[in-house]
Parts: sequence; structure tokens; C-alpha cells
Amino acid sequence: MLEKMIIGRYIPGTSIVHRLDPRSKLLFVFLFIIAVFLANNVASYAVLLGFTVFVIALARIKPYFLVNGLKPVLFLIIFTLLLHLFFTREGVILFEWKFIKIYEEGLRMGIFISIRFLVLVLITTVLTLTTSPISITDGLETLLNPFKKLKLPVHELALMMSISLRFIPTLMDETDKILKAQLARGSDLSTGSIKERIQAVIPLLVPLFVSAFKRAEDLAVAMEVRGYRGGEGRTRFRQLSWQKKDTAVLITFIVLVAVLAWVRK
Amino acid sequence: MKEIASMHHVTFSYDTEEESSQIQIKALDDVSFTLYEGEWLAVVGHNGSGKSTLAKLLIGLLFPSTGEVNLFLEPLSDANLWETRSRMGIVFQNPDNQFVGSTVQDDVAFALENNGVPHEMMVKRVREALEQVKMSGYVNHEPHHLSGGQKQRVAIAGALALQPELLILDEATSMLDPQGREEVIEIVKKLRGEIGLTVVSITHDLEEVLLADRVLVMNEGKVLMMGTPQEIFQKGKELESIGLDLPFALRVSELLRESGVELQGNHMTEEELVNELWTFHFSK
Repeated sequence: MLEKMIIGRYIPGTSIVHRLDPRSKLLFVFLFIIAVFLANNVASYAVLLGFTVFVIALARIKPYFLVNGLKPVLFLIIFTLLLHLFFTREGVILFEWKFIKIYEEGLRMGIFISIRFLVLVLITTVLTLTTSPISITDGLETLLNPFKKLKLPVHELALMMSISLRFIPTLMDETDKILKAQLARGSDLSTGSIKERIQAVIPLLVPLFVSAFKRAEDLAVAMEVRGYRGGEGRTRFRQLSWQKKDTAVLITFIVLVAVLAWVRK
Repeated sequence: MKEIASMHHVTFSYDTEEESSQIQIKALDDVSFTLYEGEWLAVVGHNGSGKSTLAKLLIGLLFPSTGEVNLFLEPLSDANLWETRSRMGIVFQNPDNQFVGSTVQDDVAFALENNGVPHEMMVKRVREALEQVKMSGYVNHEPHHLSGGQKQRVAIAGALALQPELLILDEATSMLDPQGREEVIEIVKKLRGEIGLTVVSITHDLEEVLLADRVLVMNEGKVLMMGTPQEIFQKGKELESIGLDLPFALRVSELLRESGVELQGNHMTEEELVNELWTFHFSK
């Protein structure tokens, strides 16, 4: 189950979506999330859905892979649909069986909200699938740069994010090692009441925290001796380059909004 | 010979609080030595002998209680600390905990970014440094896909990118497997030949010491002796008494002598010993 989860995962590739500047992708996703709320009738939701399918095709992501990876989210979407079906009581009754009554408005709202949800999840998943975490961090740092004037520690936040991402696999390995060491000493994580299981996690967490702090200290020393003095006067190795296709992304967005405004009620 | 670094009567002590009374523990006690350009100095000693404190003083993570630390002919102070650090590199013990970047090239570029090196120059230096440590094929690799030895080579590249005059290896090979250790030592040897790098290696591996030009033996914060590896290993018994393991070949030859085999000369490496042994009966 966990291996199949694709939320937040990055799959390297060479499609045009992969090669876009992270800034244009981030900006687009941010604006798209707002634009989704423009849709309010069948035509406009169809436009949204069609556009999303188009983006997925451009990114060359296999539909099967996407459906499989998003299964947990699909359950949530179906649940939302059912909630709307059963609890909205407006419009004409479409179906009646014992105490279950399905109204027209319920069906309509249910489908619309589900599509909205689905489109949002798909677009953000395409973003993370096609953009490496480092690029996302870089993109965010540059996009947030103007907020430095408001004393927002942009560089520090970006560095914290990239170091956390860098240490996730290291700490996962460590957790695995500690887990095996504790199992070898007879700790039991998979049986017993919930209370007992939670208690069994403590001997796992304590060594993990101790070693994480030790690592943090070592890292701080290593950074200091390599001349790290904060963001001031620093140059950047990773350079982002805004190309014509990135401008095209923003123009596409404007066109999309225009179409939505035209077809909506 | 140009002086790169020196310590003059350096003492460093830190306080430990035990119950109510404060006790001062001397980690370094009246340490003096001079390091010359192009030299490989090995600092050996048992745990707690003060050799790590010595490294921390050299890069200005600590300042001496008394005495003076000179780097590049100037006393190290708060004022020139950052400038001095940009002229030297250090590789620490744990390969994971000093890898800052998310990929190999980001990590090598880290010190360059900190020092405000322009982008074009940075790209060139990163490429060159990775070539020097034979890691060019791993530019975009993430740290968890590298072996310990490879990570340490990247750390060396990170130091080399700054074109340092001094490289400090603070037990850089102690957490590696024999193969990783071999890789790292090979690279350092190669670099010394190519760019005449000055190296200080802090270690408790006496095999590594054999490669050095001079050895500084530390014990309980004091300089016990200093000299060439040959001179140091003459005093094998003394080294063993402070808890250091002699190289394998040296131990074998000493044990052979004790059991009555009359060997000539000293044997630092296995090769020397083997050569003496197989010609042993000829020379009679």
C-alpha cells in the first residue's frame, strides 16, 4: 500500500511538464486552485476536467499508475459524493427506496464537489510527480523572495526544507535499524492493546530523537566550518531559468480563466 | 619551507561541574608544533588524548585558554576567522552528518555558495573537484545512494572546491569499511602528489600514520613525541602503553624477534616484512 502511494513522490522524466521551471509550475498550481472555484455548471466542470486530463497526458503519466496511486484519495472523494447524495434535500426526488431519498440537487452538488476535489488532487499530484523536491524548494525560495522585505526568513525556511528532505531517507534507515535492534531485544510492536503498542513505540522514539539531535549538532558544526553565515552574501549554485514555455504556461492559465468565465452561468 | 600552521604553548581547558565543585579539565596542555607547506602530519592518540580538541582549535571552533594558534602566519582570531576558514577544508568522522546538499553537486558547491563565488566559476570548480576525487559520474546522486567511502570523497571534493591550502581529516576514515578507507586514503595520496596539498590527519589507525611525513603522538593532552613514522615506531612499547595498536607487520616482526628469529632492520609494511622473511635464509 505504502509503496504505491504517489502523493508527494517525484518520478524523474523528460516530458515538457518535467522540464518547466518550478516557478511557473508552482505559480500555475496556486492560481489554478483559485480558478477551480469559478466553475459552477456542467460545461465549466467539463472544461476543468478536460484540461486536467490534457496536463496529465502532457506529463506522460500513465492513467493506471495515477488511479492506483490515488486510491486512498479516491475513497475520500467517493465518500464526499455519498454524503452529498444522502444529505442534500433540494430539488426533485430522483430515487426513493425505503428511507433513502436522492434529490436532483444532491446528485448535482455531489458530482461537482467530487470533480473539484479530484481536479485539485490531480493537478497538485502532477506538480509533485514532475518536480523534484529540491526544485520545488528553489522555486518557493525565489517566489517568496519579495516577502523578505516583510522580514519573512525566506532563505532560512528554504534551507530548513531542503535539509529536512535530505535527511528523510537517513532517518528512515535509522528508524529501521533501531526497530530491528529493539525487536532483537524482545520488544513487541505488533501485538497487544493499543495502549501497549503505543508504549512499545517509546523505546523506538527516544534513541531516534537522541541520534537526530546528535546529527543536527554535527551538521551545524560542518556547516559552520564550511563558511555558512546565513543568507547574506551567498551565491546560488542552482540557477532557475525562465523560458518561453514558462511564459506559455501563464498564458494558458489566462486562456483557461477566460474560457471558464465564458461558459459558467 | 613556508609555515602553514603552528601552535605555541597552547593550553585548552573546559569546566565540568561535579556536584558543587567546579573542576577544570585540561584537554590540551602546553602543545607546540609547526606545520610546513606540502607536509602530511598525522596526529595520533587514544580517545580523550586531546587530538580532536586540537582539530577544533585549528579551525577556530574553539579558542585556546592560553597560548597562540597561527594559521597562514597570522594568529587566529574572531576578525580573520571566516577568511581563514575559506583557505582550509576539513572532513569529519561521520559521512552522513556532514552532507549538507541534497545531491553530490549541491554538497560540493555548499562552501562555494557560502563564500559568494560567482555561478560560472562555481560550476567549473565543482566539476574539477569531483574529477579530482573520481566522483564525476555521481553528480546528481543523492547521499543515501552512496557508500560511506563515496560520501567522504564528496566531502573531500567539497573542501577541494575552495582550493584550500590545508586539508584536515578529523578521523575521516574511522567509520568506513576497509574498502572505503582504502578509497579515501588513495585520493588523499593522489592529491598530495598532484597539487602538493598540506594534510593534517587525525587518526587512531597506525596504518594510516605510515603514509605521513611526520607524526605527532598525543597522550592526556600533552605532546608525547613527534617525529617521522620510523622514529615513532622505534618506540613501539611506549605506543602500546598508551593504548595504540601497532601496525600488523611491526607487531609480527617484534613477536618473531622475541621468539628468537634474528630479523634485520625494522618493518613498517607487510611488503618489507615479507621481503625479509623470504630472503631470510639466504642472508645467513
